[in-house]
Amino acid sequence: MSPSEIPADPLAPRATPDDAVLLTARGIRKSFGDNEVLRSIDLEVRRGEVVVLIGPSGSGKTTVLRSLNGLETPDAGILSFDGGPDLDFAAKVTKQGRLAMRDRSAMVFQQHNLFPHMTVLENVIEGPVRVQRVPKAQAIADAEALLERVGLAEKRDAYPFALSGGQQQRVGIVRALALKPDLLLFDEPTSALDPELVGEVLKVIKELADEGWTMVVVTHELGFARQVADEVLFMDGGVVVERGAPGSMFTNPREARTRQFLDRILRPLD
Amino acid sequence: MDSSGWQLFLDSFWPIVWGGISGTIPLAFASFAIGLVIALGVALARLSKNRVLSGAARFFVSVVRGTPLLVQLFVIFYGMPAIGIVLDPWPSAIIAFSINVGGYGAEIIRAAILSVPKGQWEAGYTIGMSSGTTLRRIILPQAARVSVPPLSNTFISLVKDTSLASLILVTELFRVAQEIAAFSREFMLIYLEAALVYWLFCLVLSSAQGRLEKRLDRYVAV
Repeated sequence: MSPSEIPADPLAPRATPDDAVLLTARGIRKSFGDNEVLRSIDLEVRRGEVVVLIGPSGSGKTTVLRSLNGLETPDAGILSFDGGPDLDFAAKVTKQGRLAMRDRSAMVFQQHNLFPHMTVLENVIEGPVRVQRVPKAQAIADAEALLERVGLAEKRDAYPFALSGGQQQRVGIVRALALKPDLLLFDEPTSALDPELVGEVLKVIKELADEGWTMVVVTHELGFARQVADEVLFMDGGVVVERGAPGSMFTNPREARTRQFLDRILRPLD
Repeated sequence: MDSSGWQLFLDSFWPIVWGGISGTIPLAFASFAIGLVIALGVALARLSKNRVLSGAARFFVSVVRGTPLLVQLFVIFYGMPAIGIVLDPWPSAIIAFSINVGGYGAEIIRAAILSVPKGQWEAGYTIGMSSGTTLRRIILPQAARVSVPPLSNTFISLVKDTSLASLILVTELFRVAQEIAAFSREFMLIYLEAALVYWLFCLVLSSAQGRLEKRLDRYVAV
């Protein structure tokens, strides 16, 4: 298939090269003991852009994501938001620096990590009320609107254990949205779900992408990646092997390793 | 039991119960409350990355668990005056029992904190919480649920252990019983009666534990 035959992306790109760069990461390195999991990762995310990280297990994609909000502290590298002051990991990162970085993003986990001792509503308002000091009535109104959007308004007083996996993950997304972050981080948001529940979660994420939320997504769902991504990064062995628009990368990968990975996932029986 | 024995049983019942209500129970509750605060502090110290702090906590737990409670009680009440610290029976007893609960409770609380999945800490961090706030709002409420059964055990042991305070002149349930027994010479009857009253107290406390567990279990599938 030649590039001209690739069907046009049904979604107009949300980010253009003119959009401001939200996040820049340069030369991110991280080792766990002798195991070098990230060997100099560069990443740029523009406002409104959806960047998807794919790659085999152990390729480092989750570590990249976790480095972006301080759940992992890289050994070296630079992170900057909105062209603001650099966070240089080779130097000592201050607590303020880490907290400031964390405030920019919100994370949706593979295992939702909802607070089991709080109701759905309490989960969602905890960050706004306790951390951001939003008045409680305001936070509740916001939370109810967000829950309504993902179809979970009637679950506001339920505890997480009483929800299905897909509902739990949608609450996880709402909890992240309630923080009104600049950047949404998704760490394999559907990997722990039963297959029939994957769709409802991906649908919500796609709607958010369409609304212009900026996000970095780690996923194994290539069909989904193709639909939502502006840029796909294929990682293997702690490096970005290939990056580009999903249409061209999935149909016409430049690197042998990318092709091998895509073949294994798209045609597992060949 | 002959009628005079029965009469003695009835006559001494309320004095013994009153000894429990005015001595045993306040002693146990005060020591347990203070002991829990110590236990939480020691548990956090043991979990700390600071080696001096965690070493000190480990030492504290080792000493408390490795020495008899009666000896601890005697060191505080009869021993401390030698270094110029003279304490009344009640404060001595509360200090000794609090330290004891602190040592045993610390290990329970430490294990309960460790039983909360790491993802809960991470979720707290990613909504912008400091580690202190995450501990208080996210981790401890979940650890509390896990630690209620073993801590209740500690508490019920404590209620019975307070009988040791009779040996440093605290007027509590057992001391009242001892006085009645010495006066009436009915040792078997009175000490069995004391045992019965301890048991009744513990039955009430166990049912309170059951209710507390049920309340804390409201957010898990049963």
